[in-house]
Amino acid sequence: MLPVIWFWIVAVMVAVYVVLDGFDLGAGIVHLGVAKTDRERRAVLRSIGPVWDGNEVWLLAAGGTLYFAFPPLYAAGFSGFYLPLMILLWLLILRGISVEFRNHLDNGVWKPLWDVVFCLASGLVAIFFGAALGNVVRGVPLDQNGDFFLPLWTNWLPGPHPGILDWYTVLVGALAFLTLAQHGALWVAYKTEDSVHLRARHVARMAWIGVAILTVAVTIASFSIQPHLRESFAAAPAGFLFPALALVGLLGIRIMITRGDEMKAFLSSCLFILGMLTSVVFGVFPMVLPAIPDSALSLTIHNASAPTYGLEVGLKWFVPGFLLATAYFVFLYRRFAGKVRLEDGGY
Amino acid sequence: MDSALSLHRFHFAFTITFHYLFVQLTLGLSLLIFILRTMALRTGNEHYAESARFWAKIFAVNFALGVVTGIPMEFQFGTNWARFSKAAGGVIGQTLAMEGLYSFFLESSFLGLMLFGEKILGRVGHWFSTMAVWIGSWMSGYLIVATNSWMQRPVGHEIGAGGEIRLTSWAALLFNDWAFWQYWHTIMGGVVTGTFVMAGTGAFYLLLKKHEQFGKTFVRVGVTVGIAAALLAAFPTGDQQGQLVARHQPVTLAAMEGHFETQAGAPIAILGQPDINKRKLDNPFVIPKALSFITHRQWEAVVHGLDAFPVETWPDNIPLLYYSFHIMVGLGTIFMAIMGLAFVLQWRGTLYRIKPMLWVLMLAIPLPYVANTAGWMTSELGRQPWVIYGLMRTSAGTSPHVSSGSAMFTLLGFMGMYSLLMMLGLFMIWREIDHGPGRTAGSHH
Ligand code: HDD
Ligand code: HEM
Ligand code: HEM
Repeated sequence: MLPVIWFWIVAVMVAVYVVLDGFDLGAGIVHLGVAKTDRERRAVLRSIGPVWDGNEVWLLAAGGTLYFAFPPLYAAGFSGFYLPLMILLWLLILRGISVEFRNHLDNGVWKPLWDVVFCLASGLVAIFFGAALGNVVRGVPLDQNGDFFLPLWTNWLPGPHPGILDWYTVLVGALAFLTLAQHGALWVAYKTEDSVHLRARHVARMAWIGVAILTVAVTIASFSIQPHLRESFAAAPAGFLFPALALVGLLGIRIMITRGDEMKAFLSSCLFILGMLTSVVFGVFPMVLPAIPDSALSLTIHNASAPTYGLEVGLKWFVPGFLLATAYFVFLYRRFAGKVRLEDGGY
Repeated sequence: MDSALSLHRFHFAFTITFHYLFVQLTLGLSLLIFILRTMALRTGNEHYAESARFWAKIFAVNFALGVVTGIPMEFQFGTNWARFSKAAGGVIGQTLAMEGLYSFFLESSFLGLMLFGEKILGRVGHWFSTMAVWIGSWMSGYLIVATNSWMQRPVGHEIGAGGEIRLTSWAALLFNDWAFWQYWHTIMGGVVTGTFVMAGTGAFYLLLKKHEQFGKTFVRVGVTVGIAAALLAAFPTGDQQGQLVARHQPVTLAAMEGHFETQAGAPIAILGQPDINKRKLDNPFVIPKALSFITHRQWEAVVHGLDAFPVETWPDNIPLLYYSFHIMVGLGTIFMAIMGLAFVLQWRGTLYRIKPMLWVLMLAIPLPYVANTAGWMTSELGRQPWVIYGLMRTSAGTSPHVSSGSAMFTLLGFMGMYSLLMMLGLFMIWREIDHGPGRTAGSHH
């Protein structure tokens, strides 16, 4: 029972991370397109400035939780995805400093440089996250010790000698990119006014079409590549709730954006992301890292979890800590609620 | 030592040392900014609020660099030390996860409010967010130091059937006696850095005759807190750390001190070069019997030298360990002297006029960075050849599938990336210092 609880805790934390950091990554992706003048770009940065670091902490907290609840998974996953993870870290570094340092110098070379870095790094991070998720669904070549190492690419086929990147994981990466672009555009539309607002709405509408098409494509591809997904949903049809949530979210985005209600459109986008991620989690469960070709070597919540005592005491500090963190976030977001005003200082 | 192992070690050492350059200033400045804000609140004097705003800007740049270099650390346990992580994750993952949940959230949520929330929060609310950032960063220090302490002195665990290390007592992990002293010693190290940076910047303004009112405040606050921190770093915290090492890692102590032969009434070496092959210290300059006294509080006590331990348990880089320790302690002594002198002069009211003293304060800014780095090198090299002292060899902790080629690739990547960060960071902090305080009313854009 405890491993199941911790499995869902980690899953929820990852999902919260994607929903929260997702909108600031997305804002980065659409940054160059929706904001043209310095004033407009500052408005976009201001909309995420006070919160992006806190959002990113969800990644660290999820990583830390994974580390202590499922040590073998943390060890195998992080060393197996060594190269892309390191590259991801470099991108996160570049992204962080581009947000923080852009406005320190008022100069026609400095600012555009960081704007481009911010945009590229955000986009690549989104693609990497998508590809990582694709790898988890497809499975990795775990050995008897529960270890593996994947090169960045081999022959681009999900077959017997997979790389991190193959057509399937790239497809998931593309879906992640568009989903977060849309998510970020909706956030920016909600937080800004005038021309940025209008352009962001337009971008979100365009992205939606791509998201809808790719969602269908990725769903079909996933079911054919990972047979376990079919088994999970067949065994417990209640699990269809998760994809249904995603569908409601997807349609909600369209309806709300047409009505001009960006806040509800953004919330629908949150729902869409949560629905997609929980569908994957449900489909892969009880595996946490499927093995290919021999799925008997997979890491599951049972063979990868920490001993009971640790998981038990963990709950005691986790619950209050989680509530506290949630309280800070509610406070923070309420303080910075409403449309951004450039007059107040900062970014 | 095979090359993948040395690369993994250097990879970790390089990235963590770099992270710690920013962390130590965060630990010190978060306290100092809180002090300035408290002074502003109590006196209602805008001068202190403006001083705090100035340091908050430098804090922000430094913090950003601390954050972006900290994120890789969280991942590197898994990427480069997979076997270590698999075996020990159930234990040290606890404190690492708590750090994320309890301190990073606190810090990162309130930093935005501390930097940009002065208008929306009001004076008291804003003072609270300054305090939250301070507490968050010090709590983060505790939880990570507790992690490190467990690797130095593993407690509250048993070995499972599959060789994995099982936690048996969460309280033992969290209230490790090693963690208590290591924490206060590291914190004092951070406060020393913060105070030297603040006092040194103040001295710079006084020497330039620019922003002199601010210069005086920075020197005064820096020196007043600095003397306390410099003393506390040595006694009791540094001293107690030494006692713990003597008790739990006696071979490390012998190596740190360059003490090769077991003897009663052992001397302490102030200077000298250890020669590992001949097993002696060249050109020694010693204080007789001092080592016996410091470690056992008795002038005639027997102190085990390296000869008392099998060579396989000796730290594998004794010269570097020895110098790191001596550099730290030497600089620690110098800090007490500098801050002590400055404090006396300030008390007599002549400090702001005595140029040589101001020069010394200004030029001393880099030294605490050296001392802190040397201190960590002492801890981490002294722990060798164990990654978890007495439980797991460092060579058994690496990631089996990460080749030396991959490790070299990412090490070079980090070196390039971090050179860039260092240049940007110095440039940006220099700009803030050059502009000086007093320019702003809450915003700098
Ligand atoms: C400004 C920084 C600074 C200063 C002035 C000192 N230290 Fe230090 N020292 C540190 C910064 C530091 C540190 C970076 O914070 C370390 C590394 C790990 C730790 O616990 O603290 C450390 C570790 C450390 C250790 C642990 C070594 C181990 O674990 O193997 C000992 C025994 C001392 N120190 C002793 C001293 C003494 C006797 C000092 C007297 C002057 C002193 N330190 C000054
Ligand atoms: C408190 C958190 C820290 C933890 C948990 C930690 C953990 C580790 C680990 C796992 C290694 C690699 C294994 C090994 O070589 O033993 C290592 C090595 C090292 N660390 Fe730390 N470290 C911490 C803080 C620091 C800091 C702040 C510094 C320096 C400023 C530092 C300096 C080093 C050095 C120099 C090495 C290489 C030692 C060697 O391989 O010979 N560490 N540390
Ligand atoms: C291997 C060990 C370490 C890991 C895994 C680690 C991890 C991190 C991470 C992920 C952050 C960014 C948090 C954010 O996004 O807000 C961070 C920042 C920070 N870390 Fe570390 N860290 C390590 C070593 C240390 C040590 C030795 C200390 C202090 C004794 C320390 C104290 C801090 C502080 C005060 C911050 C706040 C930001 C700043 O540095 O300016 N860390 N660390």
